[in-house]
Amino acid sequence: MSTHATNSSGNTLLSVRNLATHFFTEDGVVKAVNDVSFEVRRGETLGIVGESGSGKSVANLSIMRLIPDPPGRIVGGEIHFDGRDLLGIPGDEMRRVRGKRIAMIFQDPMTSLNPFMRIGAQLEEITKLHLGLGRAEARANAIGMLEKVGIPDPSSRVDDYPHQFSGGMRQRVMIAMALSCAPELLIADEPTTALDVTIQAQILELIREMKRDTGASVILVTHDLGVVAGMTDSIVVMYGGSIMEAAPTGELFESPSNPYTRALLKSVPDPLREQPRLFQIPGLPPDLSRLPSTHCPFASRCPEAVDRCREEFPPIHEVAPGHVSRCWVR
Amino acid sequence: MNESLIALENLKVHFDLSRRGLVARATGRAAERIVKAVDGVTLDIRKGETLGLVGESGCGKSTTGRAILQLVRPTSGSVRFAGTDLVTLPEREMKQHRRRLQMIFQNPYASLNPRMTVGSIIAEPMRNFRLGFDDRQASVRTQELMNVVGLDPRYVKRYPHEFSGGQRQRIGIARALAADPRFIVADEPISALDVSIQAQIMNLLADLQERFELTYLFISHDLRAVRHVSDRVAVMYLGRIVELANATDIYSRQIHPYTKALISAVPVADPKLEKQRKRVVLQGDVPSPINPPTGCQFHTRCPFAIAACSRVVPAMTEIQPQHFASCIRVSPEHPDVEAVAAMPGDKHFAPDDRSLEK
Repeated sequence: MSTHATNSSGNTLLSVRNLATHFFTEDGVVKAVNDVSFEVRRGETLGIVGESGSGKSVANLSIMRLIPDPPGRIVGGEIHFDGRDLLGIPGDEMRRVRGKRIAMIFQDPMTSLNPFMRIGAQLEEITKLHLGLGRAEARANAIGMLEKVGIPDPSSRVDDYPHQFSGGMRQRVMIAMALSCAPELLIADEPTTALDVTIQAQILELIREMKRDTGASVILVTHDLGVVAGMTDSIVVMYGGSIMEAAPTGELFESPSNPYTRALLKSVPDPLREQPRLFQIPGLPPDLSRLPSTHCPFASRCPEAVDRCREEFPPIHEVAPGHVSRCWVR
Repeated sequence: MNESLIALENLKVHFDLSRRGLVARATGRAAERIVKAVDGVTLDIRKGETLGLVGESGCGKSTTGRAILQLVRPTSGSVRFAGTDLVTLPEREMKQHRRRLQMIFQNPYASLNPRMTVGSIIAEPMRNFRLGFDDRQASVRTQELMNVVGLDPRYVKRYPHEFSGGQRQRIGIARALAADPRFIVADEPISALDVSIQAQIMNLLADLQERFELTYLFISHDLRAVRHVSDRVAVMYLGRIVELANATDIYSRQIHPYTKALISAVPVADPKLEKQRKRVVLQGDVPSPINPPTGCQFHTRCPFAIAACSRVVPAMTEIQPQHFASCIRVSPEHPDVEAVAAMPGDKHFAPDDRSLEK
């Protein structure tokens, strides 16, 4: 279970505790991530759901220690991966974890692939560096990986450049790169947002297969509640840099506790039902540079807010075993 | 309601990318390359309705929308607006119609001039179409429009960068309304926005439609949104319409194998259903529109294709009342509805299925 209930067993692969990542800008401190805690067990898929500015991407970049410093800095908390605190290890040691034991795929494969390098060279680079493969071995491995992710004719496509691939194919190449070293944790940050639904279905299927084959854990970051519904074991809902709710997937959809989660679920059109009018959350997602630390970040848009919500920052409380919510209105 | 406002007849938009310049000819690389972005679309858009147009990227949905507004000139075919063929109309006369035909764009960051204030952006169509407003009247109307779309009129002197994505989309909508349009092409109007803002914009478009008796062509790759806002839905594949029906039927009783695959790929925010659903996962990408497959263009990816599919171009046929599809596997000449209807993946979209499960 990946929640605040921190009864970490030997099964826990990643444990993030009280993470705080801030950006120190000319306009003031942007508190992008505040007091965020969750766990990922081995073989589990955790979904992190949130709108823009929720802090979901910054939380994951923090795990990878890819926060640009300056202006950003992890100002508090711990990130334990397989028992070791990633925030405490030196940079060169982190580089041996990053890309090898924890891999990441991003939303936009065009900006994450080097446009001047052949696909093969980019794939080979990783295994040469992390696994110490020789040239021939690395090339064979690159072709094998491309075949695994469903690139037709991999032995000739391996010499193509990124622009010669379609969007869906590029995302496959990214996945091939991420999986090259058989990572224990794959962080997928909006991996299908830029893709058509049919291609999205292919990519999600690929991630499922990969999990079945390797038993890796996955963190799936998305704004799409439909995508997490079918892919994850548990879900963390973020808003304005804080966790608003965390629960096993089935429970979150069946009995969402936090007003934000409930509003979000209601505002998505349901293709199974005729709806005359969509439920609409008033107002705008929060401006991170003006995030309140003195009251609930969702208070100004919350249909259920009471005076206390605008005066005090709500604590996390347990709704049911393994199910937590941050809200004054219980 | 059934009166047609826009009528497309065999509309084609082809882009010529042929290389026949001096260098190409000298190096022997001259080649005929024609992108058939829209390749024979016949479609009615009825007065007061929202017609949803869906399909994968590159299928020609945006080009269709732009061709209706004559922002790209069709290669052949006709676009009738309230009976007048816009394709053959001289530019001067076209301008008189243009105020009635407006567009809302996908990217609220790129479609507003960053150096113009919100007020001048919204007032521009009034000047451009010489609607006869003096400065004071234009300013009153601008503030009215800002109210209508839910923007605070006090912000009239501000610039686009001072607004969020959702607010900018509202500015774009106010601009589209300024010249009192009858028909609006909304090209992916919500795909750049956050989930909670998408609901706001969809509701706003519905309110405006009722208030101003607008007709919409709603272009989107988001099938959940299209199902929500549309009265009827047309599904496009490689420049052609493959299925057309009312929105509920497209989701619960779709006929064409491509529509089935498309619908089955839409994730549903319900973990129990998601675990049970069987998907029709299509292999590969959409083929290039430069050399589209022969016969039925979908046959290369269709799990139900037979040999004839690569030879016969299927005609749009009314399979059920007001439900059209182009597939020889389901058309009356080859009545094989059963074989296709038994495809997995669509069962969970029957509207009453949910009650059965509980």
